[in-house]
Amino acid sequence: MKYIDEFRDGAIAQRLSAAIAIEARAERRYHLMEFCGGHTHAISRYGISDLLPDNVRMIHGPGCPVCVLPIGRIDNAIELGKRRGMIVATYADTMRVPASNGLSLQKAKAQGADIRMVYSSADALRIARDNPGREIVFFAIGFETTTPPTAVAIRRAAELGLTNFSVFCNHVLTPAAIANILESPEVRELGTIPLDGFIGPAHVSTVIGTQPYEYFAEEYQRPVVVAGFEPLDVMQAILMLVRQLNDGRAEVENEFTRAVTRDGNTKAKALVAEVFELRRSFEWRGLGEVPYSALRIKETYRAFDAEERYGIEYRSVADNRACECGAILRGVKRPTDCKLFGTVCTPENPMGSCMVSSEGACAAHYAYGRFKDR
Amino acid sequence: MSAVRPDYVRPIDFRHGRVDMTHGAGGRATAQLVEELFVDAFDNAWLRTRNDGARIDVPPGRMVIATDSHVVSPLFFPGGDIGCLAVHGTINDVAMSGARPLYLAATFVLEEGFPLADLRRIVTSMAAASRAAGVPVVTGDTKVVEQGKGDGVFITTTGVGVVPDGVDIAGDRARPGDAILVSGSIGDHGVAIMSLRENLTFETTIESDTAALHELVAAMVAAAPGIHCLRDPTRGGFATTLNEIARQSGCGMVIRERELPIKAQVKAACEFLGLDPLYVANEGKLVAIVPPHDAKHVLAAMRAHPLGTDAAIVGEVVDDPHGFVQMETAFGGRRNVDWLTGEQLPRIC
Amino acid sequence: MCLALPARVVELLGPDEALIDVDGVRKRISLALLDGVAPGDYVVVHVGYALTRLDPAEAARTLALLAGVALAPNATVEPAA
Repeated sequence: MKYIDEFRDGAIAQRLSAAIAIEARAERRYHLMEFCGGHTHAISRYGISDLLPDNVRMIHGPGCPVCVLPIGRIDNAIELGKRRGMIVATYADTMRVPASNGLSLQKAKAQGADIRMVYSSADALRIARDNPGREIVFFAIGFETTTPPTAVAIRRAAELGLTNFSVFCNHVLTPAAIANILESPEVRELGTIPLDGFIGPAHVSTVIGTQPYEYFAEEYQRPVVVAGFEPLDVMQAILMLVRQLNDGRAEVENEFTRAVTRDGNTKAKALVAEVFELRRSFEWRGLGEVPYSALRIKETYRAFDAEERYGIEYRSVADNRACECGAILRGVKRPTDCKLFGTVCTPENPMGSCMVSSEGACAAHYAYGRFKDR
Repeated sequence: MSAVRPDYVRPIDFRHGRVDMTHGAGGRATAQLVEELFVDAFDNAWLRTRNDGARIDVPPGRMVIATDSHVVSPLFFPGGDIGCLAVHGTINDVAMSGARPLYLAATFVLEEGFPLADLRRIVTSMAAASRAAGVPVVTGDTKVVEQGKGDGVFITTTGVGVVPDGVDIAGDRARPGDAILVSGSIGDHGVAIMSLRENLTFETTIESDTAALHELVAAMVAAAPGIHCLRDPTRGGFATTLNEIARQSGCGMVIRERELPIKAQVKAACEFLGLDPLYVANEGKLVAIVPPHDAKHVLAAMRAHPLGTDAAIVGEVVDDPHGFVQMETAFGGRRNVDWLTGEQLPRIC
Repeated sequence: MCLALPARVVELLGPDEALIDVDGVRKRISLALLDGVAPGDYVVVHVGYALTRLDPAEAARTLALLAGVALAPNATVEPAA
């Protein structure tokens, strides 16, 4: 596959690995957080940690929209699905996330709720058009990459004058999450979690550009390198971060120049701004309430807001007390630090979201890295 | 005066007719369906006796019996349908013990309202598959359930066969040092099916690889009677099959990503949906675990057969009390290839 | 997050839609988020939408950089400050 396979070349990986090993100074450690779940998945799937020297450590960040989706919001989606005549359209990622009362969207479907997996918001719109007598709710999740597609669907629904389509909006924002991590006590004050630099998300950045990260580099003096999605991109970004740290620089650099610019996709950003506005606060699973970190549908498009239309009440649900997802999402703990990991909590029986999404730190480690734990 | 023909029975309208409850009631309608559809399509001496059971002659030796239910949706897909799938699937299950499949039985649970045209299409396909494989369907049964209680048609096939002397193929026989072979490209069937799933429409020329593998197996066994394990990686895919055998045999495995035969379109479709080809179903491939000294001969026998032209040696069985299946990635690292958890669903993240 | 992949635009279909191809697998996707797309372009596709065009010159530059770094692993490194 063009523009994919070339960036998975094993020979270049070996030599990048050697370059990182040479340039990483023996007398210090490098703690790098990859924010994006897709990067977490790539690091595990390609065994990139194996190719890094011991003093370069990857910390898995919370950039997995399924992982940070609170149980209470999934409960809401299930409640909607159980309403008579309702169709809930969702990306398949949410189907198996365990919610309250031993339910999940998949289990609710098995019990008769009309829950349908879609690949695109356009499919949800089509279901609405094909079923004029039924009400459809599109369960919208995702970071800034996935938000513009939802905006397009809402705008199109408005153009078509659809009265049976609405969106349950759970879109969240990357910069707010990064700020939350950098502001956390462990990082800011206590210094218990050394966090030296960030690998910025690949596809979120195609939309928002590299500009939003400049604040973090400046304010918190941490370098950010936006990396492409493929393993060589990630390794090159790691090398660039090591170099910045060696030089004492804290800049925003772009490794993914083939798809990311400083301004990003202005058309997409404008469309999002037209349809959505910031929520004052939103609960993130594992991070608690994070200010100005999520979106809701604007007044002009309120007719398509499922929360308004159906009077959805959000009830916060605490995680299993032994579940360490919160700490893992903030990079404070590793999957193997969690008592439940691999015993009670497995991909077959996930206790928390880090295990249910394949790019959650726990699922990725379980699927790809467990053999190293012996 | 009307000239009513006393023996006249109005033939079933296969073009426009639908299954109804009388077809399963055991009376005249059932008999007519059996006669005009099943006996007509399968057309062999056993069915022509019109007995409830078939009296079969079985050569001496150890017998193998296998059974499989088929609930695939959609019923018709590029490269096949539920009918030939049902025939191939059970022939393959029998063959994976190293046995020569001899006879098949087929039962149908039909949903009231199911179009007879589709049923005939399925049965015709089954008959063609059975004839091509040389394994007759000698007996069967039909039932009808009320509308809403079935997914169109469910088919169960059962097969019997005989294992040649000197052949001992079982899931617990893999040993450290054994070579792991696969008969051809993985992931074809699952991708072909998925391309038809509502809301996942993509265009591809990938077809299901559904095929009867018994003759390929016979050639392999002739080349090396000492083959340890054979299994067809159906649901759960190649990775799940390896994990099953590893667990049964109490050992580990290491496979090499670079050696795995995967079609470019299958790779691309999986990239789109965030799926891993290792976990995507196959219906016309097999995994073979053979003693190291037999590997080259078995590979040659496979490649010489039309269903094994892309066969490859992809890894080794290793000593590992944890039974992990590991993969040396094309990228250069090593990772677990774990069991499939739940159903592999497409992802956006 | 955000599974997306580069795909080649085969042809433009109707308003805001295109047929894309990855190694023979084809799909209809939306161009509602991107202007000025032409057949032959490569776009990054996420959940059925093109998010951005892929710049072939930059891709080549990145690959050259990767290959270049890789070729000089034994080059002298600046001494620690």
